[in-house]
Amino acid sequence: MYKTDYKNNYLSEDKQSTSLVIGGEAGHGIQTVETLLTRIFKLGGLNVFATKEYMSRVRGGSNSTQIRVSSKKVLAPVKRIDILIPLDKSALPHLKDRINKNTIILGEKEKVSPEQEILDVPFSRVAEEIGNLIFANIVAVGIIAAIFKIKQQIPLGCIKKYFSAKGEKITQGNIAAIKRGYELASDLIKKGSLAQLSIPVPDFSQDIQEEILLNGAEAVSLGAISGGCNFISAYPMSPSTGVLIFLSQHAEEFNIIAEQAEDEISAINLALGAWYAGARGMVTTSGGGFALMEEGVSLAGMLELPIVIHLAQRSGPATGLPTRTEQGDLELALYSGHGEFPRIIYAPGGIQDLFYLTQQAFNLADKFQIPVFVLTDQYLMDSYYNTMEFKLTKMDIERYTRKTKKNYKRYQLNKNGISDRGIPGWGEGLVLVDSDEHDEHGRITEDLSLRTRMVDKRLRKLKAINENTISPELAGNKEYEVLIVSWGSTYYIIKEALGNLNDHKISFLHFKQVYPLPSETEEYLKKAKKVIVVENNATSQFSKLLKLYTGIEVEHKILKYNGLPFFVDELIGKLEKVI
Amino acid sequence: MLNLFDPEDKNIDLAWCPGCGNFGILQALKRTLTELEIKPESLVLVSGIGQAAKTPQYFKTNMFNGLHGRALPVATAVKVCNPELTIIAEGGDGDMYGEGGNHFLHAIRRNPNLTNIVHNNMVYGLTKGQASPTSRKGFKTPVQVKGVFQEPFSPLAVAIALNASFVARAFIGDLKQTIEILKEAIRHKGYALVDIFQPCVTFNKVSTFRWFKEKTYYLKEHDPYDRLAAFEQAVQTEKLPLGIFYKHPGKETFEEGIKAYEVDKRPIIERISDRQRLAQLIKAKR
Repeated sequence: MYKTDYKNNYLSEDKQSTSLVIGGEAGHGIQTVETLLTRIFKLGGLNVFATKEYMSRVRGGSNSTQIRVSSKKVLAPVKRIDILIPLDKSALPHLKDRINKNTIILGEKEKVSPEQEILDVPFSRVAEEIGNLIFANIVAVGIIAAIFKIKQQIPLGCIKKYFSAKGEKITQGNIAAIKRGYELASDLIKKGSLAQLSIPVPDFSQDIQEEILLNGAEAVSLGAISGGCNFISAYPMSPSTGVLIFLSQHAEEFNIIAEQAEDEISAINLALGAWYAGARGMVTTSGGGFALMEEGVSLAGMLELPIVIHLAQRSGPATGLPTRTEQGDLELALYSGHGEFPRIIYAPGGIQDLFYLTQQAFNLADKFQIPVFVLTDQYLMDSYYNTMEFKLTKMDIERYTRKTKKNYKRYQLNKNGISDRGIPGWGEGLVLVDSDEHDEHGRITEDLSLRTRMVDKRLRKLKAINENTISPELAGNKEYEVLIVSWGSTYYIIKEALGNLNDHKISFLHFKQVYPLPSETEEYLKKAKKVIVVENNATSQFSKLLKLYTGIEVEHKILKYNGLPFFVDELIGKLEKVI
Repeated sequence: MLNLFDPEDKNIDLAWCPGCGNFGILQALKRTLTELEIKPESLVLVSGIGQAAKTPQYFKTNMFNGLHGRALPVATAVKVCNPELTIIAEGGDGDMYGEGGNHFLHAIRRNPNLTNIVHNNMVYGLTKGQASPTSRKGFKTPVQVKGVFQEPFSPLAVAIALNASFVARAFIGDLKQTIEILKEAIRHKGYALVDIFQPCVTFNKVSTFRWFKEKTYYLKEHDPYDRLAAFEQAVQTEKLPLGIFYKHPGKETFEEGIKAYEVDKRPIIERISDRQRLAQLIKAKR
């Protein structure tokens, strides 16, 4: 069983981290800058956390990426911007609410046409001198790396790796851009313009260099492979597509069948067919796509077939804000599919959780022959940070299928409700599964007393499922007066806020498994004088679930549903008002 | 006569009306499979919902009786995960062409090596007599009160338009020829559509046994490798040809196109993913 065992130090006061934001329209290279800078910082021995917000369009609009660079780990976004690099005119108006008097803006006056004072740096002119305007962003990367005192060979190494496929000319141009960036930074420091910045430069750390740097979609995908996933079928839908892409790109080396389905209905039926045939299948989707999969969830319930569903939430209803975040589909997952049958819903809090819980989802889906959800969101999918390397030794792929004997009965009634799951073509028996109510052989029946026994059989699994829940994690003092409660992606945001509040009477309880609720939930809530639930939705769906299973009504709710995750600094303010 | 595919339970209660064309199809399929020497253990019958989709219930073999319209995605996945199995996806005209219409199109595009048998009686049976996608114009039902006025769905023409690898039509009034067509379809490598005309004795008083008998004839001097000729035959509406309309052998199957089968031909379910490689991939994220 997976237990949280990673202990990170969190900043109690945010003096050792810098919030760097790059803003600009889609298609103008923010992504490249993000990919390069995060890698450069990490290889330079600094902790990085990056998250982005973007519009649902291929070109234009105004998007931004925040990179927090720190000595101690910070794994959450802040509203505050310390250094801003606007790549075009749209960036400054788009981010104006987050710029303060201490924000340093590095940009091209001519291109950005700012209303406020900015440090004019001629990225484009330098790029043209090198030979092409496309090198402008890389000049900016060079300047930033230099400000953080990163050894020049690190960005040069990254550039070679990143651009090698694009040919010698492009690589050489980008190398020159990095070098000019370093020169520019040095000139600016000499002139005094940058010396005044007094950016806190944290100590470099060897451990960080050895950590891995990846985003949420990659963590889910690697978790899936480690859990024995060898089949994925999905219809592309933001923000869930990253998992389909990753597994497709590694299909050959890991014996994975990856198929883009004609629709989500097909996707889940394909995955169920795969499990029936002996594979370990998953689907990845978001709210609207998942709505189409619901009859398939119900089918899994009736056939007692395992299925792993990665549901990456985004703002709804309907098309909503397609590229933004929300925790609005907890109830959708919980009640999805007609009829009554057991399920498990995980809500990973960060990249380690995404890996280990996705891996576990495959084992428990197989063990209990039920749908297991990995409930994530856009914020988690698109966030990058450095973290401990995943350990493979701990995890074995647990297999529960058996070779069948001659008189095999797929739905043999037994004590715990879990019948042996045979695979067609493997053994002497025949494997019959039926979406109609069925007898022990798997053939259609309208024997109503057998119907009752079959329903009881399916629900009987809940006992074993309840014995395998993942306990909520308590951060802070065991003796508390105020308990902040959350689930899923808000984990590190609240944890950092808690550190900043620095009040021993306040603790934080985080749920990685939201259904079935762990049995100790009630006890934790009862102990608190005040419970505050923090959720990225409008109706506090988790509070409703807590009320349903513990009878405890949560009075204080901090909710955000504008499409963005909570910012640590913003959340601190909101918590202070309630506490 | 006892058949290898007859269920052990002799008292199985068949849900079909006396005289239903499904009985003939059930018999034809069992005889076909026996003649092809396919073993019950290596066959999977996948079906959706409807009277036709109950056919696998009366077989002794592996069965996946899933949801209405969804047999083809399931069948495709079973085949690609274990190419050693023989797969038949079976259902009625409403199931395959109505609810499952999108899957029908894309199963043809994917071309998994399986046989898609569609019982086509031009009416909904299990929901008691509404029009189906293949109901003919003017067909009156409690819902289509003034008669169907939409263009009927032409499965064969659609399949040929999509360059399906095998397209045939049979009439269950001729058991012998139906078996011959089914045999060829199952032997064919790639997606094979067999649309089987059958009367619905309860709900279709227009397209009766006699009507099919009078309307249908077997294709003669037809070149099944000629796609345009096949299309021309498929769009006939007055007289309805039977037989193998179109064949496109040698088309790459879905399984063959899957990278995991490029070098290693063993079913993926028999393989274990490379842990060392995974460890390397994780390390590469440093």
